[in-house]
Amino acid sequence: MTPASEPWDTARGAEIIAEHADLEGATLVILHALQEAFGYVPEPAIPMIASALNLSRAEVHGVFTFYHDFRREPAGRHVLKLCRAEACQAAGGDALVARAEAKLGIGIGNTTADNLTTLEPIYCLGLCATAPSAMLDGRLVGRLDEARIDALVAEAQR
Amino acid sequence: MNLRIFVPRDAGAVAVGADEVALALEQAASKRGVAIDIVRTGSRGLYWLEPMVEVATAQGRVAFGPLTAAEAAAVLDAIVTDGPHPLRLGVTEQIPWLKRQTRLTFARCGVVDPRSIEDYRAHQGYQGLERALELGSDAILAEVTASGLRGRGGAGFPTGIKWKTVAQTRADRKYIVCNADEGDSGTFADRMIMEGDPFVVIEGMTIAAIAVGASKGYIYIRSEYPHAVAAMNAAILSARRAGFLGGSSRSFDLEVRVGAGAYVCGEETSLLESLEGRRGIVRAKPPLPAHKGLFGRPTVINNVLSFAAIPFILAGGAKAYAEFGMGRSRGTMPIQLAGNIRHGGLFETAFGVTLGELVDDIGGGTLTGRPVRAVQVGGPLGAYFPRALFETPFDYEAFAARDGLIGHGGIAVFDDSVDMIRQARFAMEFCAIESCGKCTPCRIGSTRGVETIDKIRAGDRVAENIAVVEDLCNTMKFGSLCALGGFTPYPVMSALRHFREDFDPARTRLEAAE
Repeated sequence: MTPASEPWDTARGAEIIAEHADLEGATLVILHALQEAFGYVPEPAIPMIASALNLSRAEVHGVFTFYHDFRREPAGRHVLKLCRAEACQAAGGDALVARAEAKLGIGIGNTTADNLTTLEPIYCLGLCATAPSAMLDGRLVGRLDEARIDALVAEAQR
Repeated sequence: MNLRIFVPRDAGAVAVGADEVALALEQAASKRGVAIDIVRTGSRGLYWLEPMVEVATAQGRVAFGPLTAAEAAAVLDAIVTDGPHPLRLGVTEQIPWLKRQTRLTFARCGVVDPRSIEDYRAHQGYQGLERALELGSDAILAEVTASGLRGRGGAGFPTGIKWKTVAQTRADRKYIVCNADEGDSGTFADRMIMEGDPFVVIEGMTIAAIAVGASKGYIYIRSEYPHAVAAMNAAILSARRAGFLGGSSRSFDLEVRVGAGAYVCGEETSLLESLEGRRGIVRAKPPLPAHKGLFGRPTVINNVLSFAAIPFILAGGAKAYAEFGMGRSRGTMPIQLAGNIRHGGLFETAFGVTLGELVDDIGGGTLTGRPVRAVQVGGPLGAYFPRALFETPFDYEAFAARDGLIGHGGIAVFDDSVDMIRQARFAMEFCAIESCGKCTPCRIGSTRGVETIDKIRAGDRVAENIAVVEDLCNTMKFGSLCALGGFTPYPVMSALRHFREDFDPARTRLEAAE
């Protein structure tokens, strides 16, 4: 399970921003730190980052939306990422993605209605010699087969 | 003396159970009252044997693998009694797959404890830096140039020339940036070396800093590699503590920055934008990063493997490195065998080995046992090669002459169940997802490419639409600002050229009807 995220709190957000604001090119570092704390990047944080770094809101919003990693809203309790890149495709990854989608009843890129599982694509975990591979809440799993993907999906629904 | 048992901490080994194996070994040892020290190393790169554990013996290290936690106790018994075990692989260095390699860059990976700077120094670590300090800037640049080292990220630009440009550019500050945004599927050498021998990257960057007069370095690592981020951060801390970074005696310091899931940030100018805290939008060149790079300052930006090759070149001399290889591709290349392959892993060897040797002989063909039909060399932007081109030697120019690229040295193997029109579509789709959006050929061309390939799959005016795809590919190849749009045509065109039958509408329709 992912460590429980804190609920959004303006003072806490300001503290995190201040902690990193002096770094060269701090925007990504701050966005990562906020997401680490709150599980996503809450909307009110954007103007706060902008004012701390002397940037426009549009600039910060642009950075936030450019990168796939940053979330607008919290993910499900578990995040299951399945690699969709070529080496995993070659090792039968597509069929396993379809299997996970069917079991969870959602398409990849979505969260189940009970908010337990977010299923996401990832383009390469660098485990290409033990493909297909996945990451469940930060834990890596390689050499996926039907039994392993079923076990991961079951774990992600708890 | 305690038994020393080595268990990889490498992400690839952990993903197949190395942590559980280490735990089971600890438990079995304490149950038996055997005193053991478990050293968590990087991986040797023989991934089909992972988790592979080794034990120090009088004959050298002896390997066992692939292990499961359930077998750990029995393996420990075999170790203690020096008895036989079905998973015993013999002396590690004598395993043929490892023995036939030329490990210059990866000499220490899987051998040393990546968290110990003492272990690094005990294995020739920092000898390159020592010599660099004696030589000084001009002589370092001459050595790197004479070694013939070319950028291992994919572009193959001579490293010595890049460094010299930065050295000759005057500025108040200069930067060293390590591109560890290894996004290409089928490649994992950067990840392995950062996890298994992080100090070699730090040493390489430090030598670069001395050569060009830089004071600050960044390592930009992709967020998909949390283990590598942790390993590099730990190594930087201990290098600082040992006086190799920061402080007053040395003026060079390093910092890790983590990417955020944008493939295009592997492109050097996009990476610099990202480091500056902006959208990863590609910059037009010129100005070159060597003149105006990070924060507008002269910047050396090189791939992890380029920096990791430097300490050997300085310690062993340019000549020792340049003796390996063929033509204008000097030295060794850490080649990564991946995908549907029996013996997948990291194979470092001199340039010149043929594609067929790598796939059939060293890789052992497919894991599924079906015939190899296509191999993609160089990641999502690399060409698909058919068996007919397996004589191609691994060399920058030889691959370019066959409309391909060696890129970062990854080879993804596909068996005969692969549908090449699907792979061509994926290449366009991936480009559409990852395009930074700055230039039109890449941003629009990739989306039109997906739509047009879908029409071909549906049997809609096939010949005309193939002509449209070819035309799009030409526009993207010659009109895009960077390699993302510029090289996406390689997988698409190679699929069309070498696997034309998969674009046959009769066959496509037949499959759709199934």
